[in-house]
Amino acid sequence: MVLKKYLFPFIAMLAIAVLYFVNNELGKKAVEITTGSLLEMAMIIPPIFILLGLLDVWVPKETMIKYLGEHSGILGVVISFVLGSAAAGPLYGAFPIAAVLMKKGANFSNILIFIGAWSTTKIPMFMFEIESLGASFALTRLVVDIVGIVIIAKIINGLMTKKQLEKIYSNIEDV
Amino acid sequence: MYYVAFALLALSFYKSRKKTTIALMKAWKSFNSIFTKFLGVICLVGIMLAVFDENVISGLIGAESGVIGMIISSIIGSITIIPGFIAFPTAKELLEDGAGYSQIGVFVSTLMMVGVMTIPVEVTYFGKKVTILRNVSAFILAFVAAYFIGKIAGHVWF
Repeated sequence: MVLKKYLFPFIAMLAIAVLYFVNNELGKKAVEITTGSLLEMAMIIPPIFILLGLLDVWVPKETMIKYLGEHSGILGVVISFVLGSAAAGPLYGAFPIAAVLMKKGANFSNILIFIGAWSTTKIPMFMFEIESLGASFALTRLVVDIVGIVIIAKIINGLMTKKQLEKIYSNIEDV
Repeated sequence: MYYVAFALLALSFYKSRKKTTIALMKAWKSFNSIFTKFLGVICLVGIMLAVFDENVISGLIGAESGVIGMIISSIIGSITIIPGFIAFPTAKELLEDGAGYSQIGVFVSTLMMVGVMTIPVEVTYFGKKVTILRNVSAFILAFVAAYFIGKIAGHVWF
């Protein structure tokens, strides 16, 4: 069990070592970038998990169900977009947050919207995109992506059977 | 982040010692269950960024245009994870060097929405089916977005 848990990072580190022997320079660069990312992660991840723990304990389930649950409707969609867009950080940072929202009774389609928003419609990134690639590029992408995210969320949610969703939700409790 | 977390933690501790202890235990539990996967993903991203630096990406994306160029761009965008503050200026340079708007559109979109490297983390939370469906549909959406970007931003009315 413990061995299995560490297998993936072990293989990834092994890959860096192999890269180092194949190409010294690239290997060194990979180590530098990885160390940099680890430091960055050390700054963001622990407080996120503390905040999530607090959220888990203090926010009542009823509140979450009201705003993001099965019958939250269009308000739930908007809140999911706002939550995802206001965030900062890489996509994999969104998953633990989604997990806590799910534990508290958020609807799966809203979770998918949250993940979609986190990946593409982040406000600071959008400003930066306008600056680099122009307003028509950034705006077109934003509009198409917002529509697309909602459609994708509805489709995936529709493709899941009740049993599969239940399994995901019960699995989340253990993560 | 640390300030906010500790401030709220102190407030929580003041309000209820017991609940705060539970919160910290939950925080530790979820951190512990995902930490090794984060570690692995970060190593993979390190390798990716080292191998696919700006020059390599420019070379690959700039070389082909049209549909083949879009396919190449989408694959690179799906595999690599590049933070926006590096990706956007790179994309700008590519545009200035003559790359098509559709190609850059598909590259930027897949970069953000499709995460092949982070699949191990995503599967842990959502299972295989959702992860595959989400990434595949995001891949398709990237092409839809690129089509409109090509028309509107690139003024190519094909």
